[in-house]
Amino acid sequence: MGKEVAESCVESVMMEMVSAYCNRFYAAKPELAARRIEAIGYQVGHQLSERYTMERPRFSDHLEAIKFICKDFWSELFKKQIDNLKTNHRGTFVLQDNRFRWLTRMSIDPVPVDTDSSQDPSGATPENKAEQATSMHLYFPCGIIRGALSNLGIPCAVSADMSNLPACELIVSKLTILFVSGKNLVDIFFTLREQD
Amino acid sequence: MAPLVPRSGDAVFASVERVNAELFTLTYGAMVRQLLTDLEEVEEVNKQLDQMGYNIGIRLIDEFLAKSNVSRCVDFKESADVIAKVGFKMFLGVTATVTNWDADGTSCSLVLEDNPLVDFVELPDTCQGLYYCNVLSGVIRGALEMVSMKTEVTWVRDMLRGDDAYELRVKLLKQIPEEYPYKDDE
Repeated sequence: MGKEVAESCVESVMMEMVSAYCNRFYAAKPELAARRIEAIGYQVGHQLSERYTMERPRFSDHLEAIKFICKDFWSELFKKQIDNLKTNHRGTFVLQDNRFRWLTRMSIDPVPVDTDSSQDPSGATPENKAEQATSMHLYFPCGIIRGALSNLGIPCAVSADMSNLPACELIVSKLTILFVSGKNLVDIFFTLREQD
Repeated sequence: MAPLVPRSGDAVFASVERVNAELFTLTYGAMVRQLLTDLEEVEEVNKQLDQMGYNIGIRLIDEFLAKSNVSRCVDFKESADVIAKVGFKMFLGVTATVTNWDADGTSCSLVLEDNPLVDFVELPDTCQGLYYCNVLSGVIRGALEMVSMKTEVTWVRDMLRGDDAYELRVKLLKQIPEEYPYKDDE
């Protein structure tokens, strides 16, 4: 077993990073803050997947690589595997974690997040600023996955969507991560909307 | 109910949720790198890291008190020992040594030989003025402020700058008297 630190160290740094970018550096430009947070995650994912695949043979196809992310990579980070993996066999993968560690201690308002930044979050009213702050936390794990996959030779866009289980006093968060390799991003958002 | 016995750093560390240190180290590293790009001035990065540390410290102190069962320290000396042996251990998995006390017991050094923040780190020439671990000094300052001690925390030695260890100087500026009764309505 390698070196360990308390989980609260990682959580603290993450929270401060998000709050510094959203409230201090780019308070008026949430889309820039989101891009920076995603970039930090990308860097982390890129380096971690390099380390975790050191002693493995090359992945034969995209599915193999994504299975690796769902199992080994996720376990290293969160001590559990992804709960559900779906694909449309045209380059879109949906990964679902029913109890995403980094969200279990947050109160959540469901707002979709995407790294493509085609949506413009800048028209925010003060009321939905809090929602936005929560969803900002998802850019970091999205970046991690994009970085990890890009290191494995799969350029992609990653977006996240979270929804609360209804009427549950325990905050059980459900995280769905969408991978889109190639150009079917629009399809995905269609899919997402239909789910809503 | 029996009084709670303070727990050793090892015992507390064994009982908290832990993650592999690489994730922490790389996350911190990637953040510092991004800060250097975005803020441009090394001095500003130092300042922001310290501020982040302070914000973290004022929250971590609660977790620390809740999980370590440490009760009120009799003096600053004891506080320093507790930080070094229990605080560092509980969060970072390493302990620090307390040395170089001044005559009146208000300032001391915390020396770290092992520092999980800096694995894989090398500073390029362009960031010579950077205090890479500045978040740590902020954490200590913030945490102590929450238990009524106003301190000043500075770096004396830094291995990334070629020294042989990490040494933090902690200076007690003043003890803030607690005010009773607390006013609930404010």
